[in-house]
Amino acid sequence: MTSTVSVRKRSKKNPTFEMIKSVAFYALVLAIAFYLLFPFVWAVITSLKNSSAIYLPPLQFLASEWTLGNYTNVLQNPNFIKGFFTSILVATGAVAISLLFGSFAAYALGRFKFRFKGAIMYVVLAVSMFPQIAVLSGLFTLIRQANLYNNPLGLILSYLIFTIPFTVWVLTSFVREIPAELEEAAQVDGASPLQTLFLVLFPVMMPALVTTGLLAFINAWNEYLFALTFTSSNRTVPVVIANYSGSSQYDQPWGNIMAASILVTIPLIILVLVFQRNIVSGLTSGAVKG
Amino acid sequence: MTSTNLQKPPPKPIKTRRGGVQSIRTRQAIYLLLPTLIAIVLVAGYPLFITFYYSLTDASISSPDKATFLGLGNFWFTTDEGNAIGILQDPKWWSSVKYTVGFSLISVTLELILGMIIALVVSSTFKGRGFLRTAMLIPWAIPTVVSAQMWKFMYDSEFGLLGRTLKTMLNGDAILADSSTALWAMIGVDVWKTTSFMALLLLAGLQSIPSDMYEAADMDGASKWTQFWKMTLPLLRPTILVALVFRTLDALRVFDVMYVMLGANKAADTSMSAYARLQLIDNSQLGYGSAVAVLIFAIIMAVTVAYVTTLKVKFD
Repeated sequence: MTSTVSVRKRSKKNPTFEMIKSVAFYALVLAIAFYLLFPFVWAVITSLKNSSAIYLPPLQFLASEWTLGNYTNVLQNPNFIKGFFTSILVATGAVAISLLFGSFAAYALGRFKFRFKGAIMYVVLAVSMFPQIAVLSGLFTLIRQANLYNNPLGLILSYLIFTIPFTVWVLTSFVREIPAELEEAAQVDGASPLQTLFLVLFPVMMPALVTTGLLAFINAWNEYLFALTFTSSNRTVPVVIANYSGSSQYDQPWGNIMAASILVTIPLIILVLVFQRNIVSGLTSGAVKG
Repeated sequence: MTSTNLQKPPPKPIKTRRGGVQSIRTRQAIYLLLPTLIAIVLVAGYPLFITFYYSLTDASISSPDKATFLGLGNFWFTTDEGNAIGILQDPKWWSSVKYTVGFSLISVTLELILGMIIALVVSSTFKGRGFLRTAMLIPWAIPTVVSAQMWKFMYDSEFGLLGRTLKTMLNGDAILADSSTALWAMIGVDVWKTTSFMALLLLAGLQSIPSDMYEAADMDGASKWTQFWKMTLPLLRPTILVALVFRTLDALRVFDVMYVMLGANKAADTSMSAYARLQLIDNSQLGYGSAVAVLIFAIIMAVTVAYVTTLKVKFD
């Protein structure tokens, strides 16, 4: 921090040293990109190879014939197709309910002053940290009593345990940042809270609703424990993929498994790429700002 | 309907703090919160209560109604013949606790270090930065079950890209065959899957540090190394703590990766949640399994409280 240090620093800036530094930096960038992407790329490659080719050494494996056979197999598999639509139904249902309830709650928590507000915020946060396993037996008996076992509705209801706290939390932090004038103007005009919410705040909240909905959708789409436990034949995709079996117990159809995996991941990746900016801000407002 | 409403005199603005307006606002707030609160009670509160109740009984999954009260018998019980049948006397439970805690500590530490490196790289300006930022989202977007299958394939000892090499390193044993080596395999999957999430959180924290602070430090001749330890890290402390809390709690709940890669029975040796599910569903012991779930709940609550109080994490 003294001037001698800064002189020594400046003298260090010779071209060779700078070049070595930038080469090392780009090597690091490449290593990170390789680490993040390679496992997925390898799965894509495997999904495009014959199942018999996987026994070859890596280089011969890469050189072997490319095929779309795995994809046609998967798309002709009724379990997979059914699972795909069940997943869409379940995730959409859970997200729709959560966004509706969550925006009501976020409006109340972000805009109204009342007692127990802090306590309610803590309850919401506590539920979002709940281990799902802690409610598994309770939910299991509840779902069976309500005759919702193996029913997508049962899954939708059970997924609310993680989608509702998440949407409430993120939407509340968003509602707080909406300028109060908007809402006050609506009140002066005599609008009821619901009118204010739907006609004034919803249009402003659109980006937040999209982001939150998308993140909640991804969580619901990926859920495994409840889907595995509360259904027998109406499986969602994660369960279908985890249980994908071949003709015999010892014959894991890896090519098909990888093709199915890619098929359920591609929609997510496209969504993530399209809404990249929103997702990053949504994730960080959900966790960092709290 | 709205047109008649609009002709009414406007209600007083909230700022007047009149008791009447305040209580109307409170009532409206409660109505707005009601659907959420009902949902939370229905899917979280009540099931948690039932789980606690079953944990004190010998209920079975086929006939949960015919249960006798056991007190704490599920947790600790020795039969007249001297057989220890309580959870806390079951070595399999303790094995799952040991492995889950080890898994969480190692995974979260590695994720923090790697995530910090990635966040620091991405926060600097260079060609291809946008690409790397996008690439960071890929492992996060992949479903856990899918990433478990992808890695299981790579770990396969017969034809897996990593498994073949690892097999020679382990003197012919498959990496997933033994819990102690499988643990490292699963740490590998978890670190790959969640490091980028950690990096995204840290990156958001990094970007909230004003850049003129670094310019000032540069002027004073502080090296990048000194800047990192004396400025970046202290300023990032709140972000790091919140990220650690979220990730640790997540890791302690681990289920998907272990269940998919190891199967129901072996996963129960390494994951507390898988142990609970094995007892609850596969062994049909609703009471015993609920007791395990209660223990997991207690452990996670204890960790949360410890984190929040000792590290003074602020969420709000």
